[in-house]
Amino acid sequence: MKAVTWRGVDEIGVEDVSEPTILNDHDIILEVGLTATCGSDLHLMGGYIPAMRAGDVLGHEFMGTVAEVGRGVAKHQVGDRVVVVSFTSCGQCWYCKQELYSLCDNGNPNPGITEALWGQAIGGCYGYSHALGGWAGSHAPYIRVPYADQGAFAIPDGVSDVRALFASDAAPTGWTGAHQAGVQAGDVVAVWGAGGVGQMAARAAMLMGAERVVVIDRYDNRLEQVRTHVGAETLDYEEVDVPAELREMTGGRGPDVCIEAVGMEAHSPGPQYLYDQVKQQMRLQTDRPTAVREAIYACRKGGTVFTLGVFAGLVDKFPLGAVMNKALTLRGAQQHGHRYIPEILDRMSRDEVRTEHLATHVMSLDDGPKGYRMFKDKEDGCVRAVFRPGA
Amino acid sequence: MTSSIGNVASVAARAGGTVVRQVRSVIDPSAARPAGAGQPASGWLAVTVFREPSDIDAAALPTPLAEFGDRIEVRVHPAPGGKGTELSARLRDRPSSGPAASRLSGSDPQADLRSALRRAKQLIEVGEVLVVDPAPHGKRTASPGGVLLEAWTRVAPKAGVR
Repeated sequence: MKAVTWRGVDEIGVEDVSEPTILNDHDIILEVGLTATCGSDLHLMGGYIPAMRAGDVLGHEFMGTVAEVGRGVAKHQVGDRVVVVSFTSCGQCWYCKQELYSLCDNGNPNPGITEALWGQAIGGCYGYSHALGGWAGSHAPYIRVPYADQGAFAIPDGVSDVRALFASDAAPTGWTGAHQAGVQAGDVVAVWGAGGVGQMAARAAMLMGAERVVVIDRYDNRLEQVRTHVGAETLDYEEVDVPAELREMTGGRGPDVCIEAVGMEAHSPGPQYLYDQVKQQMRLQTDRPTAVREAIYACRKGGTVFTLGVFAGLVDKFPLGAVMNKALTLRGAQQHGHRYIPEILDRMSRDEVRTEHLATHVMSLDDGPKGYRMFKDKEDGCVRAVFRPGA
Repeated sequence: MTSSIGNVASVAARAGGTVVRQVRSVIDPSAARPAGAGQPASGWLAVTVFREPSDIDAAALPTPLAEFGDRIEVRVHPAPGGKGTELSARLRDRPSSGPAASRLSGSDPQADLRSALRRAKQLIEVGEVLVVDPAPHGKRTASPGGVLLEAWTRVAPKAGVR
């Protein structure tokens, strides 16, 4: 079958790969209906997460139809229309039972890599390097889904494929950020990054009762999407001083919750960006934490900063003094989507969560390299390139 | 990202393996030590299994651990805070930990035991051991980084590179 693969740094290919087979009793084989690019793929594409091998199939945000079920699968049958959470989690270990699914003890068959990097291994993720399990990704006609009773969710009638697609990763990641950051009724929440995850974090915060939600980015079309489809306010960081604006919007306090949905390749105006680029290219830091620094600076005393964007290793000039002296709570997580997807699908069915606008460019797998180029360079207002393997 | 800076980034990123080593040595200084790195002095290796202690019979261990027979000793303790049961094992005859190269070759008995503990935990908690290969993939173009990653991936299910 044909698949979109990582061939090397900034090199995406389309090549023939073998079809997946059931290897564990709890597997299903899914016929992929739609599969999306994600901002975190750009870190793989650019070589910032150096655990990809040439030929690895990309893609971790997807939905489709069950084509085959393992003998241990109880919840799903051939023909079911499902969306699959991007993390592979067993549902049985202590972390899964605490609903901290991305921390699953058993979902990563290569635990030694992240154990060496971070002290302990986290769960696995489709198409997201050998550090997160070496799972083949979803940019292919078929994908193997382990622990299917845990990770695949039936899509309600009336929820379109495109809407449901983003219940796989963008929406539950946003929900993870807002919920784990402890957003409460009356909070003012600032979200850095107006991509799919940032938009969904903002929507989640609104639905959790936030009084005011502000999303920060520099791309007009994305900020327009936030205002139109999410209903949050926006700030263009190339036009205004973000911390100053946030202080003005909050009576001088700063936001109660600051969610960073940008990640390790953050951009900013001014010399700080050049500094971080040089440090990153000289391998003196692995990640550029520009937006995290600003979030910490902007956050109100005693508030919470949540790192939702993907970081891999070390950052430089981290404002620990502000964290300590302002008594901030600093948290982070990959998505615990198993916990949030049922609620998200329910809200999607009631039109409280709409995501179709994120899929700005839908194309065939053959257009994989073009799709990633458009997504990376934001060509033609690309917010997400989405592949339809059956096209 | 500007295109010129992006090009620099692309070249530099090819040295990704270096980053991992740097990250690891900074985060965990013990990683730079030549012997015993990452291994407790006692030799005990442990996993926490989310089951009651009464559910784990040290005399009837899952196959991965049972296969060690008398070569290991095993202990079972309740984990604090309702986190399940701490299942520990150690080799009765423990070789001194070799350099990273020998561990990367996969000939580390400690790594084999760690792997067995992990597989035993999965069998108790989930009922099966999760496998990833054979996974669909395209052409594996040879590269120094790919060789390193392949070696790392080969031992990662065991005890990482510690």
